[in-house]
Amino acid sequence: MKESLREIYTGLSSLITGLGITLRQFFKPVVTVQYPHESLKMPARFRGHIELVRDPATGKPLCYACKLCEKACPTDCITVEGLKRDGEKRKSVSEYHLDFTRCSLCGSCVEACKSGAIRFSKEYNLAGTSKEEFILDLFRRLEREGK
Amino acid sequence: MSALAAIQIGEPLRLVLFLLGIMAFVGFNAAYLVWAERKGAGRFQRRVGPSEVGYAGLLQPIADAVKLLTKQVLVPPGADATLFRAAPILVIAPALISLAVIPFGPALAARDLNVGLIMIFAFGSVNVMALMLGGWSSRNKYAIISAARVVSQNVAYEIPMLLVVVTMLLVTGTMSLTKIVEDQAGGFWHWNLFRLAANPLMPLTFLTFYICMLAETNRAPFDMAEAESELVAGAYTEYAGMGFGVFFMGEYANILLGCSLATVLFLGGWQCPFGLLPGVFWFLVKLYLLVFSVIWVRWTFPRTQFYGLLNLSWKILIPLSLGTLVLSAAMIKLLGR
Repeated sequence: MKESLREIYTGLSSLITGLGITLRQFFKPVVTVQYPHESLKMPARFRGHIELVRDPATGKPLCYACKLCEKACPTDCITVEGLKRDGEKRKSVSEYHLDFTRCSLCGSCVEACKSGAIRFSKEYNLAGTSKEEFILDLFRRLEREGK
Repeated sequence: MSALAAIQIGEPLRLVLFLLGIMAFVGFNAAYLVWAERKGAGRFQRRVGPSEVGYAGLLQPIADAVKLLTKQVLVPPGADATLFRAAPILVIAPALISLAVIPFGPALAARDLNVGLIMIFAFGSVNVMALMLGGWSSRNKYAIISAARVVSQNVAYEIPMLLVVVTMLLVTGTMSLTKIVEDQAGGFWHWNLFRLAANPLMPLTFLTFYICMLAETNRAPFDMAEAESELVAGAYTEYAGMGFGVFFMGEYANILLGCSLATVLFLGGWQCPFGLLPGVFWFLVKLYLLVFSVIWVRWTFPRTQFYGLLNLSWKILIPLSLGTLVLSAAMIKLLGR
């Protein structure tokens, strides 16, 4: 009798403790991020696909088409072309294609780059309906960003 | 509404108005309790809940209803089609009928039956049979297991529930719900919940009633009928479209009825806690506080195991309610009502 009464008492009090915990949660702020309406800031070391870096002084891309990244890439997904524009001392990038369908985000290209002209972007909204959408033209992308 | 009742209108018209009113009340509540349930679940889990359809997801029930209405009502091959179609109706109809005797306000009850209380429990027992029929006529293993569980669960909980009601009958001395509420006038200390002079175990009686109400309406943590992790969707497995929708409405209508009954029997119905301004809004405040507690309980406790459920009823609730019944009978005999 005493045992079962104690059992009822502990059972009931544990139920009330549980109700108290959930009620406290009820009045705390919401923790979910309402994704399409709001999104989290990506952390500093987030690896999106690579992007070209702009020279802060001139506003032009830092890349001078040395093709070290192209050689460093284990899956050959980078294609770089450069040309020497009038009145410039060295070549500058004119085309930079990244085949993101093959990229594994290993980062060899970023490591290989001597001038720090490429870095990981924070881009993660990468849904597409065709394969072609993932062959990214990073040079155009940078130009679009400039506008 | 009470002004409406004061106007002298013909009895048939009055009944039609109440019929429409109750159906609108149940329909609106079934739709928006689903919304409240989902919002509440969200809040308890620190989520937002429905938020896309309309402001704060307020149009979500309408979207859900449209979706359910456009779906085909399938009858599985080999199932008993008549019973299969009748089961959802049998779940919701008793709840609608029983609401006719619930006094929402001093003059706001469709019928003040002198056997109102017993009528509610008579119709309430149809609910079990309807779920059993739904499970049985589906011709589905899970549905049958669920039907068997529903019957043993509801039989187990009907007993303490009725014992509690008998205790209340002894204490109040009437089966008319309007009279029961009128007896509780003037301050919350007059409510049956705090009538300790008649029975010092009254709060425990209320707790028993509340637990039985949860079990009778098949709500979590007693949702054995729809144990989705074990039995797909239990008795509702084969129901699609509005067949399922009506079951759902029936479940919420039964919650509404159970909470109304708890309000009337224990919490003073339309009476104000401080003896001021009695009215229908006090009834609604108490009703929705109870409904909130039902949602709160659902999102706090996991589903009990089946033997735990039966143990709770047969080993704790039935002895407890028998004890309170005997105690209050003895006190009435010795001290008078």
